Amino acid sequence: MTTTTDTQTQAANGVVKGAPLLEIKGLNIGFKTQSGYVEAVRGVDLTLGQGETLAIVGESGSGKSTTATSIIDLLPGTGKVTAGEIFFEGRDLVKLPKPEISDIRGRLIGYVPQDPMSNLNPVWSIGFQVEEAIRANRVASGKDVRKRAIQVLEEAGLPDAGTRLKQFPHQFSGGMRQRVLIGIGLSARPKLLIADEPTSALDVTVQRRILDHLGTLTRDYGTSVLFITHDLGLAAERAEKLVVMYKGRVVESGPSQEILANPQHPYTQRLVAAAPSLASRRIQSQIAPSAVHGDAVAEAGSDDARRLQAAHEREQIAKHEAPDFIKVENLTKVYKIRQGGFKSTELKAVDDVSFEIPRGTTMALVGESGSGKSTVAKLVLQLESITSGTVTVGGSSVGALTGKDLFNFRRRVQPVFQDPYGSLDPVYSVGNTIAEPLITHGVGDSASRQARVRELLEQVSLPISMINRYPNELSGGQRQRIAVARALALKPDVIVLDEAVSALDVLVQGQILNLLTDLQSELGLTYLFITHDLAVVRLVADKVAVMQKGRIVESASTDEVFSNPSKEYTRDLLEAIPGANFAFGK
Amino acid sequence: MPSSTTPGQLSPDHYVADLEETPLKAVDAVDESEKPRSSARDAWDSMRTRPLFWISGVLIVLVIVIALFPGLFTHVSPQTNSLSNSNAGARSGHPLGFTFQGYDVFSRVIYGTRASLLVGILATVLVTVVGVVIGSLAGYYGGWLDAVVSRIGDIFFSIPTVLGAIVVMSTITDRNPLTVALILALFAWPQIARIMRGSVISATATDYVMASTALGVSRFRILLRHVVPNAIAPVIVVATVSLGTFIVAESTLSFLGIGLPGTTVSWGGDIDNARTTLRTAPLPLFWPAAALSITVLSFLMMGDVVRDALDPKARARR
Repeated sequence: MTTTTDTQTQAANGVVKGAPLLEIKGLNIGFKTQSGYVEAVRGVDLTLGQGETLAIVGESGSGKSTTATSIIDLLPGTGKVTAGEIFFEGRDLVKLPKPEISDIRGRLIGYVPQDPMSNLNPVWSIGFQVEEAIRANRVASGKDVRKRAIQVLEEAGLPDAGTRLKQFPHQFSGGMRQRVLIGIGLSARPKLLIADEPTSALDVTVQRRILDHLGTLTRDYGTSVLFITHDLGLAAERAEKLVVMYKGRVVESGPSQEILANPQHPYTQRLVAAAPSLASRRIQSQIAPSAVHGDAVAEAGSDDARRLQAAHEREQIAKHEAPDFIKVENLTKVYKIRQGGFKSTELKAVDDVSFEIPRGTTMALVGESGSGKSTVAKLVLQLESITSGTVTVGGSSVGALTGKDLFNFRRRVQPVFQDPYGSLDPVYSVGNTIAEPLITHGVGDSASRQARVRELLEQVSLPISMINRYPNELSGGQRQRIAVARALALKPDVIVLDEAVSALDVLVQGQILNLLTDLQSELGLTYLFITHDLAVVRLVADKVAVMQKGRIVESASTDEVFSNPSKEYTRDLLEAIPGANFAFGK
Repeated sequence: MPSSTTPGQLSPDHYVADLEETPLKAVDAVDESEKPRSSARDAWDSMRTRPLFWISGVLIVLVIVIALFPGLFTHVSPQTNSLSNSNAGARSGHPLGFTFQGYDVFSRVIYGTRASLLVGILATVLVTVVGVVIGSLAGYYGGWLDAVVSRIGDIFFSIPTVLGAIVVMSTITDRNPLTVALILALFAWPQIARIMRGSVISATATDYVMASTALGVSRFRILLRHVVPNAIAPVIVVATVSLGTFIVAESTLSFLGIGLPGTTVSWGGDIDNARTTLRTAPLPLFWPAAALSITVLSFLMMGDVVRDALDPKARARR
């Protein structure tokens, strides 16, 4: 280690913990847009002490990232600090000239960006990018740069750092890339590290390892950490202080445990109530089965007996009625990957998968990225051909269907995809999007289709006036409702939900899950729910199958899997859920 | 707020914002007051705020009106000449003077508009239609069709448009705006086809195409109703720009004497005729060249505006 870093580490360790390092006072940030000036952040105050960890929590668009990037003068586009002060070690960063800010950036304030996939330059080796950061911050010079780069990567938890320096970003997994970015962020031993959703693109088990490591590193160096996250559980687990932002304002701040156990502001209360955790129970529909559709949002504390009854009935169905409305047997999917020339290798994406879903229930298929869960969804939907095995829906084998039979099958099984921004055609209005399945299958005439579209909009709790809107005007949650409405248009029996709520903010996610549960009990739908998020599974599923590397490793009822996981892998997954066992004040 | 807790129990640094200052909205509420905005409307709103759009728009409309009704702008015939006026300067009724052969330059410029514009528009329409159809089929169906079409396109692509047109035009005797446009299109379609192919491939890989497949919409219908409308924007941009280049290409051919026949008044032909007297009387060459430049420039500017309007990334950068 060079002498400079030694003294820096000592200095960082020597300071009194808690003395303010960063103080933001009355911060206002505005963006210039086509329609005028928009204030994204209004009157934000926050204080971060030496060696403390503070999390800013909020939904997308709440201004949390904008606040963080303004500290190091990296506001995107037309963003500008219009009022307020940002004191860092007693200096007001807002007034500082550009060269001085850029000197502070990296050397005193490190930054770990959100998306490890796009934040490393694919044409330069990992070593070059780490060394670049080290040189730019004058941490070391000459031959020491290489040594320091290896050290930085080793500290970030990359084994074999010496040889890895020569590799390129595409040879690294997401978790490894994020370690490189953390290494770069910490390379100069900064006093403050800003981590903007550092792990939201990663699998839970990877997320846990990386956050543990980051926690150890910053504790050793005495680095203060400013976390930006949408995940309350993560904030509860990793941060001492919490700032809750809503529409550009701070609505509540203070000790994180206290806020989450005892939220005061109604918005925080809403967030806390919606946070799925292992302690939650399956959402029960507010509507009794077969009841006529009424007000979807029933008052709080509604008819508990009726809800229990509904849950009981579904359990009975799950236990007794023919358990094989959807039956998947020994399903296998092999992809041929071309290796150049005429050679090709085989990739078993789905390997001998079997499960059954009784009518009117939900089965969750859980797994990390690359486990083959989405491929199973595509096979059930017949969007990919089956290599071997069978999928039976309501008695007919799906793989054998062609022509007219396949067309009729499409009517009964419908998907809702993950990305609400990609699953609606941007040139189609909402009305035309929902009407498309009706037109395709020749249902009714133009007037009756119009009526059906209105009915569907009402079913997904959207106003009729949405009919003439276009997807680009709608929020993610609203788009996902439209996607659900389109899936419902043909009155299907089965809906395959492929990560249908993963891209949504927690409040909107809760709303969509409630909607799905209500629709299930109202229409007797069967759901195949594909997700990577076990906490969500707890809320909606009757049965769970855990997938790993194309195989199902554990399959049981939701309660069994959560209370008594039989496989090591499932236990790892459960333990990795951030704030899983934290008692939220509900 | 839970009644069991009082603010007194909170630790001193627990801050709670005043509810009145931070009013809560319903989760994911829909703002019904806003007008529906289609992407076409967005594009229009983006275009009409740009001065460049209005400048190029007015110029283009003017050029089109001149092409349709040249008689409105001049009463002098472009086909009558008197050698006594050879290279004479401007005078009343003849604002731009005369050519070497004694034709009225203003009248020639006005009447030359039609041929130039006609070739430009015809060639652009042909190229766009052929390129879009071939590019979409190749990109959408892929496989051997894509391989064959792409290679044929590459062959044409490797021949410079003007060079190819020179070779073919020199063998054709019946030369009129349509044949010139056809031959320009013959060598220019691969560019549009390539753009369309790439654009179709990326539009085919989207979730909404998969959703439509799962709805049972037929493959060809998906191509027509979802893929092409979403893939067409880059083609519109390139087509607007290429309209200008086709007008230039026509002038080049006419200049070389193998474009439109001498009896058709065109800017390229006039530039060619004025070439011989460039040193003694440059103005008869300058005016048709200026008309050509202004027309091409206005189409290029329009292309630029259209690109910015249709490409949200370019719009965000401004």
